[in-house]
Amino acid sequence: MHMPFNNIIRASLLGLCLAAVPAAQAALKAGDPFPALAGYHLEGPLPASLAGKVVIVDFWASWCGPCGESFPAMDELQKKYGAQGLVILAVNEDDNKSDMDAFLKSHAVSFTVVRDAKQSLVEVAGIGTMPGSFVLGRDGKVAYAHNGFHGSETKKQYEQEIESLLK
Amino acid sequence: MLLALPASMALLTGCQNVKPWQRGTLADYTMKQDRDPTSGALNEHIWFSRETAAGGKGVGGGGCGCN
Repeated sequence: MHMPFNNIIRASLLGLCLAAVPAAQAALKAGDPFPALAGYHLEGPLPASLAGKVVIVDFWASWCGPCGESFPAMDELQKKYGAQGLVILAVNEDDNKSDMDAFLKSHAVSFTVVRDAKQSLVEVAGIGTMPGSFVLGRDGKVAYAHNGFHGSETKKQYEQEIESLLK
Repeated sequence: MLLALPASMALLTGCQNVKPWQRGTLADYTMKQDRDPTSGALNEHIWFSRETAAGGKGVGGGGCGCN
């Protein structure tokens, strides 16, 4: 049995269209529970407990310019709000650990940095750009999501969000 | 022909979305088109002399796609 030629072309075009559709970005949005970090084989020690804390999970890489700009600002936030219950967790997405290490030598920070070597957590989080971050409320749910880092503007937003969530 | 057309259509869909966290190689310095200003100026001069046209080349920033 032979399919008519037109049907073959139609089927092929359909297949082509489906193949060209980019994989759906399952980006986390406000209200979504953030996935449990224990299941993602992150390299490096995680903070002892994140329960009941306001957490910023920031995805970054050494090759990303704005990520470098965001580090001093996030360090200031950690120092300013840490005692009140803010935990910043920076998740590295470099292909090579040596790139991350070299970056951290010139960007010493007081917050926790872990490495998502298999890029599995970021895949689930589905960030739209680098850096991408999520501000989690004390209930562990995403309260705010950030795409990129735009200097003092983003820092101000972080401060407002942190203060509202720490109340 | 009947097999070749669907097979080639299936195999030639090489376009792939590069996810934001996979752009380390694209962001490399060597991927920058305008990394050598002298060479850029010379090329621009040749282009201008030969085509009586200037500008309209290059892109802003690297391939990081950040922000």
